[in-house]
Order: sequence, then C-alpha cells, then structure tokens
Amino acid sequence: MIELKQLEKSYGTVQALKGLSLKVPRGCLYGLLGPNGAGKTTTLRILCTLLAPDSGTVSVAGLDALSDPRAVRLELGYVAQEVAIDKILTGRELLQLQGDLYHLRSSDRDGRIAELIDCLGMQDWIDRRCGTYSGGMRRRIDLASGLLHQPQLLVLDEPTVGLDIESRSAIWQLLRELRAQGTTVLLSSHYLEEVEALADRMAIIDDGRVIAEGTPDQLKQQLGGDRVTLRVKEFSDDREAEQVRQLLQGVDGVRQVVVNRVQGFSLNLVVENEEVVPRLREQLDGAQLPVFALAHSRPSLDDVYLQATGRTLMDAELAVAGQRDSKLERKKAMR
Amino acid sequence: MTSPVAAVTTRAAEQGPLADLVQETLALTRRLFLQLLRRPSTLIAGILQPLIWLVLFGALFSNAPDGLLPGGMTYGRFLGAGVIVFTAFSGALNAGLPVMFDREFGFLNRLLVAPLRSRSSIVLASVIYITSLSLLQSLAIMATAALLGYGWPGVTGLVLVLFTLLLLVFAFTALSLGLAFALPGHIELIAVIFVANLPLLFASTALAPLSFMPDWLGWLAALNPLTFAIEPIRAAYAGPLDLGAVLLDAPYGTVSGYGCLTVLMVVTVGLFLMIRPLLNRKLA
Repeated sequence: MIELKQLEKSYGTVQALKGLSLKVPRGCLYGLLGPNGAGKTTTLRILCTLLAPDSGTVSVAGLDALSDPRAVRLELGYVAQEVAIDKILTGRELLQLQGDLYHLRSSDRDGRIAELIDCLGMQDWIDRRCGTYSGGMRRRIDLASGLLHQPQLLVLDEPTVGLDIESRSAIWQLLRELRAQGTTVLLSSHYLEEVEALADRMAIIDDGRVIAEGTPDQLKQQLGGDRVTLRVKEFSDDREAEQVRQLLQGVDGVRQVVVNRVQGFSLNLVVENEEVVPRLREQLDGAQLPVFALAHSRPSLDDVYLQATGRTLMDAELAVAGQRDSKLERKKAMR
Repeated sequence: MTSPVAAVTTRAAEQGPLADLVQETLALTRRLFLQLLRRPSTLIAGILQPLIWLVLFGALFSNAPDGLLPGGMTYGRFLGAGVIVFTAFSGALNAGLPVMFDREFGFLNRLLVAPLRSRSSIVLASVIYITSLSLLQSLAIMATAALLGYGWPGVTGLVLVLFTLLLLVFAFTALSLGLAFALPGHIELIAVIFVANLPLLFASTALAPLSFMPDWLGWLAALNPLTFAIEPIRAAYAGPLDLGAVLLDAPYGTVSGYGCLTVLMVVTVGLFLMIRPLLNRKLA
C-alpha cells in the first residue's frame, strides 16, 4: 500500500531523514514508533504530499506521490498532529467544507457527515463552534474529516497525544474497526503501549532511519529471552546487589544479569524461559537471601528499543526535549 | 454503532474538473463569508472608518476658499472619490491576512492535503471575498456621500466607478496574497500593510489636488497607482463623463481618463504576472 524508498530530507543544516525506507502492506494497521524528533512527522508529511523529499521515492496505492500528488490525495486521509481547526465554524460546517474539498456531492456529503457524527458520538456538540471544543472533541472532528471521503489509507500523526483515557480508547476502537473493514491505517506514536496494543506491524524510527521492522512479537522474539526483575530488599545497596548478581550469574539458563542502579539496585535478568524462574528462587533460598519482589515478563518494546538504540525511549525523549527549536518547528509546519 | 466505513459508496465521485473547481471555490468563499458574518467587527469598522473620514475631512476643509479646487468643486465632492478608492485599496491590501493566519495555524495544510482540482481556488476564494466586500463598502460610502450632498455619479458613472475599483482591488489583492506567502508571519505582513497604507494615501490626489503639492510630492502622486483610480472616479462625480478629457496634469505631461485606466490595467496585469510564479511555487 505504501512504499517509501531511501527518503532524505533536510531543514537547513538539520538532516531529518537519512535514507528512510518503509513498506506498509494493504489492510495493515501499521505503527511507526520513535521518540520526538526521530523523523516521524516529516515522514508522514512527505507521504501525504505536504512536503517534497530531497531525494527518494514515495508510492501510495501504486501511485507515485511525487509525480501525481492529486491522485494520492484522493486515496488517503490525514489526521495531523497539530489540530488546525477554524474556531468560527461549527464542526458540521467544517466537515461540509472538507467534503466539498473532496468533491463529494452535497447529498452524499451530508449523509456521510451524519454517519460519522453517529459513529464518533458527536451529536451533542457538532453544531457548536469549534472554538469551544476540548482536545478530545477536536481530535474526533479531525478523525471525521480524515474519514469523510472513505480513503483506502488513513494516516494519523500521534492521534492520542494529550488525550484522556476515554477518548484514547474510543480512538483505538475506531482504528481497529477500520482495519477490520479493510482500511490500511498508518499511525505514528511515541507511546510503546499504543503501538503494542494496536499495530499488526511496526517500524522503529530513530534519527531519520528505520532501525527495526516487523510485527511487535517478531521484534520481541528477535530479542529473545524473558525478563526478570528481582529485588531482595526494597532498597538494597551496591554491595548486596553485586553479591546477588554473582550468585545468580551461574544459574543454568540465565543469560545476563545487570544491576539497575537507578531503581534501588534491583537486578534485571535476561533468562532463557520461564522454567528458569524457580531455579532462581532455589538459588536464593540456598543462600539464605530473602525475595522482596520478583517480576517475570516477556520482553517489551522498550527492550526492543533499548537493544536497537542503546538507550530507552524515555531517555531519547529527554535528550531531544531540550533541543527543539520552536521557531524551526513552526517554519517546518508552514507553507 | 455505525461503521466508520459507510455501506453507501460516497467515494469521491468525480464530476468533471470545472464542476469540482466551482465546488471547492464556493466552499472556501463560503467559509470566509461565514467568518465575516460571525465576526462582523471587520465589516462594521470597514464601513464606519471611511464614513468618519468623509464626514471629518469634509468638515475640516469645508471652508476652503472657492475656486481652490479644479472645476470649482466643493471639498466634500472632491474628497468622495479619494475615500472610495482608499477604502477599496485598504481592503485589498488586507486580503492576505486570512491566508497568512491559515498558514500560521496550519489550516492551509488541511486544504493542501485535499485533492483540490487546482490550488488557485484558494486564491480565487480570497479574491471573490475581498472584491465583494470592497464593492459593498464602496456602495455604502457612495450612498452616504450622496446623503451628505456630495453628489452621485449616475448610471454610466457608477459602471465606471465599479470597473475602476475592480482593477484596483485585483491589483492589490494579488500583491497582498503574494506577500502573505512570501513573508514569514502575520507580524511582518501587518507591518508592511501599515507602512504602505497611509503614505500611499497622502502621496496621491485623494485629499488634495496636484496643484497643492510641492514639486517632489506632485511627482510621487502622479506616479502613484491610487491617483490613476481616483481621477476617473472623480471625473464620474464631476458631471458628464468624458474619459477623453485630461484628468491629470502631471509634471511629466497630461493624462486623459483613458490614459488613467490604461495605467491601472497595466499595473494590475503587471502585479498579477509578478505574483503568479510565487503563488505557483508556494502552492505547487
């Protein structure tokens, strides 16, 4: 459905995309995961024909987005991150405008708007001015305008950022239904749990490149092993943690033991499978050591991210947080 | 819950390029008028301001000695044409502001991801909006001027007035829309409008005839496009319309009514040709 090849894009001296390639199969709910500043928004803007790449090719539904952007625009709906809305119009008028821009016949248009109002639960406020809407309402209006012309492909840029849990789960539900009905959905997110909960396939983007791609399970399996977090006391010290580390290092099936200094000297273990867990307990009992907490889990996407980039997603977020230049951001978004 | 992908097929049924273009242009124009109706302060101020000009300036110079103005006009009658032109000009100069705000707030992106037949519909909607607004304002001023006893141009005169205003409005709407895409933000656009506005008024024949001005100002006024719009309208107000007559006794020679309109046309077409590549590039 989507094929991006070797995309490069610079803003002045900042290179936002460094040869990004991506393939999204038809009918798939695809997640694009990465920290702020990784190049997600730039990728989506190029895909939606709002931005031309410096080099590379963009194909959507078999159409070349660079040579025939209008044909691509007919096939896709785009829900942008920054909600641009006309405060003076009512939600219904905004959707009517949108429908006219997609050249729906006016009877079809109003029928379709009525359907979406029903489906997104907008009856109570659709005829109020957009200026009075909450974040969740605005996002729903945006979703409705993205879906108005029944595109084959819906592209959403961080659709649930800053939303309450209720709105978020409503949007998740809608995206799942869309996928079930055959619409290809591509969403970007910097929430791991969002991609994990929704996506059939996903790519991790970091620093303008795709660094890992596959189903969430594949990515986790590639990483291999289960994760065990262990604390012998609520707060251990360096010496005690080191002692336990040496003790468990030798247990059959334990691949790696790391002392996590940040979290009260707890121990993070990578083990072959769940059968290793009772052996850990035995070993600790044998050494007369208490167990304050022991958690066993499958590897998470955060582990995948950590493995791929050498830092956690949260660290990556914090690292770019201070670097964002609001003036540059605005310039990027303006035409 | 109804399905988000409806059972009925409403997939963009193409109706042919022209019908599509009309549909999108009308929708965008409708939006601008809805904004105007719900925020009428622009409209009210746009009509009140020239009326205040007309009344106050008219009163200020009402005791000017007879024979001071060409053809023995009263000052009020002289001023009417200037205020009409100035109002249309200011309105056109502001045409770029809504577009600039759409750029800044990202609303323009919403328009640009849509499969518009031609993105010139965005520009076209602004032109339709500003033109109708300016003509409305001008008619309000003309009616008030008539009530104040400053005269009425008659039917052929009215046609000439509207034609002249159209040329002027097209020219400066194009300029303003060009600036709206060329400048980085609304602050800069407002600054340019502010700087251009009053000097162009004072360095024209809107408030005083050329014969009043020192040489250097006379030169400026005789080159100012506003002057070429003011003089034909003033002639329409002065009595029987004769576009062949000399309307402007400029330092570089005399200009007839036809001459004025020709200059105005050249300015309009010239600005349009200058701005078009920029708009094409920005809206490509």
